[in-house]
Amino acid sequence: MKLFILTFLNGLTQAALYFLVASGFTLVFGLMRQVNLAHGSLYLLGAYIGWSVANITGSWFIGVAAGFLAMSVAGVLLQVGIFRRMEGQDLRQTLVTIGLSIVLADLMLATWGGKTYQFDPPDWLFFGKVPLYFVKYSLFRLVLLGTAIVIGIGLWLFLNRTPIGMMIRAGVDDRAMLACSGVNVQRVFAITFAIGAGLAGFAGVVGGTTYSIAPGEDAHYLLASLVVVIVGGMGSVTGAAIGALLIGLSEQLGLAYSPTYSVVYTFVIMVAVLAFRPQGIMGRPA
Amino acid sequence: MSVTVSTRQPGLAWRLPFHPATVLVALFLLVYPFIATPFWIVQIGAQSLFLGVIALSLMFLAGYGGMVSLSQMTVAGFAGYMIALFGTNHVNIDLAWPWWAQIPAALLLTTLAATLIGVLAVRTAGIYTIMITLAIGMAFFYFTRQNYAIFNGFSGFASVQAPVVAGINWRDPLPFYYLSLAVAALSYVAVVYVARSTFGLSLQAIRDNPRRMNALGFNVYLHRVVAHGLAGFVAALGGVLLVWMNGRISPGTIDIGPLINILVIAVLGGLRHPVGPFVGAIVFVLLQNFAIDLIDRERFNTLIGLVFLGIVFFSPDGLLGLWQRLVEGARSAGTAGGWTRNRSS
Repeated sequence: MKLFILTFLNGLTQAALYFLVASGFTLVFGLMRQVNLAHGSLYLLGAYIGWSVANITGSWFIGVAAGFLAMSVAGVLLQVGIFRRMEGQDLRQTLVTIGLSIVLADLMLATWGGKTYQFDPPDWLFFGKVPLYFVKYSLFRLVLLGTAIVIGIGLWLFLNRTPIGMMIRAGVDDRAMLACSGVNVQRVFAITFAIGAGLAGFAGVVGGTTYSIAPGEDAHYLLASLVVVIVGGMGSVTGAAIGALLIGLSEQLGLAYSPTYSVVYTFVIMVAVLAFRPQGIMGRPA
Repeated sequence: MSVTVSTRQPGLAWRLPFHPATVLVALFLLVYPFIATPFWIVQIGAQSLFLGVIALSLMFLAGYGGMVSLSQMTVAGFAGYMIALFGTNHVNIDLAWPWWAQIPAALLLTTLAATLIGVLAVRTAGIYTIMITLAIGMAFFYFTRQNYAIFNGFSGFASVQAPVVAGINWRDPLPFYYLSLAVAALSYVAVVYVARSTFGLSLQAIRDNPRRMNALGFNVYLHRVVAHGLAGFVAALGGVLLVWMNGRISPGTIDIGPLINILVIAVLGGLRHPVGPFVGAIVFVLLQNFAIDLIDRERFNTLIGLVFLGIVFFSPDGLLGLWQRLVEGARSAGTAGGWTRNRSS
């Protein structure tokens, strides 16, 4: 029972992390019809930058902010500098993001080397324990879970209750019509990309703190984002939350109870969704 | 590109069955081992050929079927794993079947696996296919790394040997080169043939307008799945050669890097014609081996990534497209150029 509760909580925190990464991915996809396969690289780059900044300033919180801000800026640069030049050619955009991820992964390896980095968050946060029924659980992970929920609700409110969110949703439905009604679509794209990429960077620092940062994490979180949005439905933030929950829980439960086959469960969930609902749980038919 | 365009002029067709350049290339490929060192025969020659074969399977799917699959290296790796399991390897998880049993078994199972991947992948279309095949490929990678019972986990299998048939060790440079060449030539001819067959033509029509083909009574779903199966067989051939050359297979062979390398090769060469993947493979292998002379060896990925980005930016049809543009540019500079160009387009 204790193992189950601990595993369940681990699954929830893993899901929180997946949600943070995948919500940005799905947001960008939903609006721009662009599969950003460099999303995992943004995660890892955000983590590395966050670590370096935290290392210099000595404050973990500044590191988190740096991870978010640096990737937001990177996202805007990508959108304005590259994707805008090949609008509407989704295959070409996808290929470009693949090329970028190759180059970024290699440059990160050149800059930060192949070793594993650990963050140094405040002790009260990282080593604090909270008693929950039968177990004591890490305060840091609960805060991570809370943050993901707050960000999830925040994103939902932002998309559904603010003028910019309205524009983004309108853009998801009909981009051309939105442009016709006088909205600066390029600005909306840039904002969406900034949020999506920033969330990846933020998740990088937080995820790097929960676990660690090392080369290869970019591929791991790219795969997670892919599976989460395939399961949850492309372009839907709610779908990303549901997908992240399913994948995070199945992964952690699988790791605890049958370690050699844990990936298979993730895969089976994906196959089942594709078989019965190809557009994803919350996705709309294309 | 809506149908297979023959750029040959009608008047020339009866005089020469093949384009003179084709004959020259074929001759060069045949005499190549006699003018090259073993390193150039195997590391450059044979490797370009079988990487070209694997990339050819992607070209077939993407160029004729409109389905960009990132799992072709997974399929090839699967074939490699099957050869290691049915044949011999350094740990004793093997069956040690003779070559005439292990090769067909590996090819058959791999084609089956590729068809299953196809069944999943064609549930969606367009860029979704990239995502799903990438997810499938990476799931298989993580699975082989975790699983020790069948796939021997992180270290995979070593000491996988090519068979000795008719007194020839097929891993010796010369036989291995000619084997790779034969497989590449057969795959190439097969892809060209299938592309011009009824199946290939309806596949291309489906690529251009699936809804119309569906309305005309064609089974869109089945065509796409069969295309995945055929491409899987071609990739499996490449995978068998791959495992024989390296003598080993491990999750590293089917990591995200190699998966994407196949896409890089295919896009680099060009997705419009079956010769593209081979051109791409030669450039890729040469860069891989001689990047050390251009930049730091460790930064090969940066170089290949930048080359890839350059191609995607400036010539979406790859090096073939670049070549074609050069030729057409030279032609339109001439006087009679305009006429031929209009005829062939």
